[in-house]
Formats: sequence, C-alpha cells, structure tokens
Amino acid sequence: MFDRDLWREIFQSINKNRTRSLLSGFTVAFAILLFAILFGLAKGLENTFADAFVDDANNSIFIYSGRTTKAHKGLQAGRRIQFKNEDYDYLKEDFGDDVQYITSRIYRNVTASFRNEKDNYSVRAVHPDHQYLEKTLMKEGRYINQLDIDNETKVVVIGRLVEEDLFLKTTALGKYLNMNGIQFKVVGIFTDDGGDNEERLIYMPVSTAQRIYGNNDYVDQINLTYNPEMNFDEAISFGRLITDKMKDRFDVADDDQRAIRIQNMAEGTKAVGQMTFALGIIILVIGFGTLIAGIVGISNIMIFIVKDRTKELGIRKALGASPRSIVSIILLESILITAIAGYVGLLMGVGVLKLAEPMLETYFIKDPGVSTTLIVSATITLIVAGGIAGYLPAKKASRIKPIVALRDD
Amino acid sequence: MLTIKKLHKSYPIGDRSLHVLKGIDLSVEEGEMVAIMGSSGSGKSTLLNIIGMLDEADEGEYILDGVTIKNLTEKKAAIYRNKFLGFIFQSFNLINYKTAQENVSLPLYYQGLKRKERQEKSLFHLEKVGLRDWADHHPSELSGGQKQRVAIARALAANPKLLLADEPTGALDTKTSYDIMAFLQQLNDEGKTLLIVTHEEDIANMCKRIVRLKDGVIMEDVKVDQVRAEQYV
Repeated sequence: MFDRDLWREIFQSINKNRTRSLLSGFTVAFAILLFAILFGLAKGLENTFADAFVDDANNSIFIYSGRTTKAHKGLQAGRRIQFKNEDYDYLKEDFGDDVQYITSRIYRNVTASFRNEKDNYSVRAVHPDHQYLEKTLMKEGRYINQLDIDNETKVVVIGRLVEEDLFLKTTALGKYLNMNGIQFKVVGIFTDDGGDNEERLIYMPVSTAQRIYGNNDYVDQINLTYNPEMNFDEAISFGRLITDKMKDRFDVADDDQRAIRIQNMAEGTKAVGQMTFALGIIILVIGFGTLIAGIVGISNIMIFIVKDRTKELGIRKALGASPRSIVSIILLESILITAIAGYVGLLMGVGVLKLAEPMLETYFIKDPGVSTTLIVSATITLIVAGGIAGYLPAKKASRIKPIVALRDD
Repeated sequence: MLTIKKLHKSYPIGDRSLHVLKGIDLSVEEGEMVAIMGSSGSGKSTLLNIIGMLDEADEGEYILDGVTIKNLTEKKAAIYRNKFLGFIFQSFNLINYKTAQENVSLPLYYQGLKRKERQEKSLFHLEKVGLRDWADHHPSELSGGQKQRVAIARALAANPKLLLADEPTGALDTKTSYDIMAFLQQLNDEGKTLLIVTHEEDIANMCKRIVRLKDGVIMEDVKVDQVRAEQYV
C-alpha cells in the first residue's frame, strides 16, 4: 500500500493516460458536485425552518379569550370571556410541574416621550416569567421582577430601538420615561431576535398596568410553556386538557371554538420536525442515488480501462506480476482518481453554494453551507466508493490470462 | 533443463473440442538453441505457451529445471515466470507509455529489486543490446528492430534460465531479422538456452536443432549445422 514504486507506477499510468483519467474523474466530480449542492440546499432549508422558531420558546402555549358563540348552561351566546388574575393563579397552581413558565399579558398602546422625542409604542404588562417565554435578552439593567409585581412599581423595560428613538445617543437606564403623562423609571434595555417590531416594545409589571389602566384585575392573555420533558404528543394532549379545564371554568360549551382559544407551539413544531425529517430522508435518498450513480459511472470506466489495458496487464503478468500487484494497481488508481475528482467536485459544490447564497435567500434557503464533518465523511465515502468502483474491474484484471491478452490480433 | 512427456492439450470450440497437442515428448538441454517449426494450427504456439506457463496442459508432465510445473496458483506461476523465463514476442509487447529503460526495468520491479539496482541493471542490458543511448526514448520513437532489441533486453533483465521467442522476426524485414538472429546466436554462444517458434526456414536454420510439428505431433526432431547470421549482416 505504501510502496513508493507502486505509487510511482500509478502516477505514471494516470499521467500518461490523461484523457482516460479525466473522463473517469469527471463523472465522480459531477456526482459529488450535485451531492454537495443538494446537501447544502437542504441544510439551508432546514436553517430557515429552525430560524423561524428561534424567536420564542418553542414549548409555548398561548391562551386567548373571546366571545362565546353558543349558549351553554343557561348562559347566552355572545358573552364576553374575561381572564383575571385568579385564572393565572389557577393555571399556575393546579398544573404544578407541567407548567414551566407562566405569565399574564395586558396590551396597551401609549405615547411615550423623553425630553423632545416622542412616539407611539405598544406596551405589554407581564409577569417576570415572560422574559423566558419571549426569549428576551437583557442588554442593560434588569427585567421585571416579583418585587415590581408585589409593589406595583412604576418601572419599564424598553426595547433597544425605543432607547435609540427617544434617548438618542444617551443611555436610558435609570432615566424617567413619560407615558401618557405618567413617569416610569427605565430599569432595563433589552434586545430580541424577533426583529425590529419586537425591539420597539415596552414591558411593565402586570400589577402596575392593572392599577393604572382600570384599577381591576383583568388580564388579556395568558402564556405558558409546558414542561420541556414532555414529548410532542404529551404536549398536544396537555394543551387539550388546558382548553377543557378553562372551558369548564368559564361555562363554555365544549364545541365553542371562539370563547377560549389555545395556540400550542407543539403542534407546529411537530409538523416542522416531521417535515425536516422527511426532507432529510429525501435528500439522503437523492444524495445516495447520485453517489451510487457516480460509483457505477467510475466502475464502468474502470472496466473500460481494464479492457483498454488488457494487453499491458498481460505483459506485466508474463513478466512476473502477481495477481495481487495487478489488483492493487487498478484499485489504487481508481481510489486515487475518485478521491481527487471527488474532492474537486466538493470544492466546486461549496463554491457554487457560496456564490448562489445571496440569491437563494429569496427562496427561504439560508446559510446553505457544507460542514467540516460532511467534508470529512464525504472524503472517507469517496475513498470507499473508489474502492468499490475499482474492485470488480481489478478482480477481473487479475484474472486476465496473459496468453489471451498477448494474442496478436 | 526442460523435459516434456506425453503432453496433451485441447481447446473447446463451441460444444466440440479441438485437440491441439496430441502427446508431445520433448527434452531440451542447457545451452541449446531450438527452433520449433510448423504451419499455423500445428500447435507450435500452444506448446510455447505451455512451456512459458502462460497456459496449462490437460495431460502429461512438464519439468523445468527440476521443478514439476503442475496446478500452479497464479501467484506461483508469476514467480516462476519471473525467475525462469524470458519472453520475446512477435509484436514486441512493450508498454507504450514507458521508456525503453522503464520497460526493461519491469521484470526487475516484479522481482522486488530496489530502484537504483533496477536502473543499473536495465542500463547494463540496454548497453548489451546496443541501445544505451535510447534509454529515455518511448517505443513509438524506436524502429522495429530497436523495439525487438529492447524486448530482448527486457527478457534478459531478470536473468532467466530459458528464453522463449514467439516468431521474434515475424514483424521485421529480412535484414533486421538477421540482425536480431545474430544477436540471439550471440546470447546462445554465451550459454543461454533459447526456444524459438518460427515458420521461416532460414530463421530455423540459424538454430542448432529443429523440431517440426504437424497436427499436434512431432514429425521430426533433428540437429542441424547452425547458419551464422553475421555473414548476412
């Protein structure tokens, strides 16, 4: 295997028969090129899916209320369902460990100003757990905490863009923000991967909002995340359980779809997971198909090469070449051509992906890279493939009878 | 040196078989120069192939240098071919993409010699056939006679006990043929044993013994007075 003379023989043979070597190399290079592109595209598609769900915790369940559409238990249709603090407490206490994080949400729109800068913003009044549900990242200061809830403090946590808009180049931390005439202290600035809209939000303690905007204990929406140890099916049935319990609690008919609505991320995540999985299988099948086509291609050409070299191999045998040396000459040539050509194909594939990357983004294909692991495993696959492709022809070559090969035709 | 007893060989042709060698008895001593003659189909090439271990007999005995050649594995056959035999072909059978020197080195490579040794030996044998200056040329740049000389150098390189030549002058003009024959005679003078298959009388007469084959049997086996090829050159 590591005999220098053997390699010299092989390099000489490849070098002196360039057309033949190029021809066989081309098949492999092309197969690997296709394989790399396909793989990259699939990876890109997968990345897009993964990114779409990175913004929020993907084990979230959102619970909304609306108006009833059906009469039930002597109550009329059209009744408005209003969540209150007690519902939040109920969900938090009764479901125990099944609930990981939970928060209420109240929505308001405010005009906020600092000195001469002024603009309209959405306010979300929340519990401390909201930070984990929304995957809010603190840039400076702190998030809303339990003390704020208990004391109904007038504090806000503002998005990076709110700070940029209103406080211009100065820091907002510790300063007072005027919202509809009431002064709120800025205790934190956050960033969010969800985009610009998410970074133009203002968060305040839910109890403060209830005191200021109505002096009641109303809540617009309750969000929670289920225990991440649940699998998708458990999570989906957990969502159904919450729906049923809440409908009971508010005397809503079981088949009333509007009064209480639940959005369970598990359902979407499951679908995406299945799709990614299916996509992976398809890519694998196509990829392997291409690879096999490549192997068959080079195997064909190796057979041709053996035929082409029959006379030469016969001469070698007459001069004392052992069958083993004939096998290694053909096998190593096949492996060498496959490995080099395959590598060229791989590099070209990576290059094509890099070039096409900006255009592909339009088609929901993001970062269509080929990983180092893939390159390493592809290289190993190539060597094995070259071995497989070369084996049969090499075996055939070793069985050449010199007398047949040397017959003058 | 070489003993053959009751050698038979048939080839299947379609569903029948063609009996090519029908009991050949032949014995060759060291230092002999034997011509094997016969028209085409007489079995002379088949006999040479069996002697050259390129083919195996169906029946009979073949002893080469005290070794019985029978049921050889491919690997064993390769070793024996390399050690005992040197081949010279009608169509030279040089490897086109290798230089003269590389061609001559090939049997040495299969003998497992080091590169440096191979180079020295191959140059020595090219010198012997008078083509040292052509060492770096490819077969396509050589004339027919030169090609056959390279082939002879290659056959000699492994220092074999027996040289087998299958119509060595078949592809050459008369002058070059005699030239090659003169060289082969010179090798014989130095003690090499040669077996030459030919169908040309004048070539056969340049050997020391003529074995005539017809329809798979030896018709005649006579010693002759060797005609020296130099006088024609």
